[in-house]
Amino acid sequence: MSTKTIAGVEVNLNDEGYMEDASQWTKEIGAEIAKEEGIELTEKHYELIEWIRNKVAAGEGLTIRGIGKSGVVNAKEFYGLFPGAPLKKATKIAGVPKPTSCI
Amino acid sequence: MENNEKVPLKKILLICSKANIEDVYATLVMGNGAVMEGIEAKLFFTFFGLDAITKKQMEKLHTSTVGNPGMRMPGGLPFPTMLGGLPGVEAGVSKMMKKQMDDLDIPPVDEFLELITAGGGEIFACKLAMDMFKLTKDDLHAEVKDVITVGDLYEMCDGPGTQIVFT
Repeated sequence: MSTKTIAGVEVNLNDEGYMEDASQWTKEIGAEIAKEEGIELTEKHYELIEWIRNKVAAGEGLTIRGIGKSGVVNAKEFYGLFPGAPLKKATKIAGVPKPTSCI
Repeated sequence: MENNEKVPLKKILLICSKANIEDVYATLVMGNGAVMEGIEAKLFFTFFGLDAITKKQMEKLHTSTVGNPGMRMPGGLPFPTMLGGLPGVEAGVSKMMKKQMDDLDIPPVDEFLELITAGGGEIFACKLAMDMFKLTKDDLHAEVKDVITVGDLYEMCDGPGTQIVFT
């Protein structure tokens, strides 16, 4: 674990760079982590991030299939918003733990 | 001199030649998992594996209840092979397996193919097996990109960090 100042806030990160405490998250922190991942956040990104944060807060697991049925984006749009490894990147930017899902 | 440099996996080709639920899903889970990690994935279906991408068959996949030593009764008792051969048993067991997968949010085959292509993965059918089973491209699911030869498949294996897996 390490601490890092992101967007003026000192946050705790795990070894993989995921935030340890989701309640520390702000939109500005999200934007800065996204920039490190090479992503410029749009309204659509924020809408999906909010959906992800709500799901995680409710204790539900995240899958690409589930996000594709979120009503916010379909699976293809999700890959478009967070290119490469979307589930990993989106959760990192949303300040929630890395998902353990295989699907 | 020894080279200890680790080359991360960049591309994976998965070959599926069987139509059992478990063989098809092993291919689909690995293919989708690769796409999720940003690894280029190409899935190649041949012989009985073609059932997984044939419109008429893809929703009717079975698991084998005969000659399958991993098969057990609910509760863990051995599943007698004789019982597995009775009419309806294989269908019932297959239905149960699909239900268990659905409970884990594992999609049906057609939706799984769509998830894989949504992430940039590609699905191919083997030309030789297609000819053998007298199938045409129209018999295949819309997500199948092309019908290709084994030579075409090997041409796709270029680049460092490429692996072929026969599931």
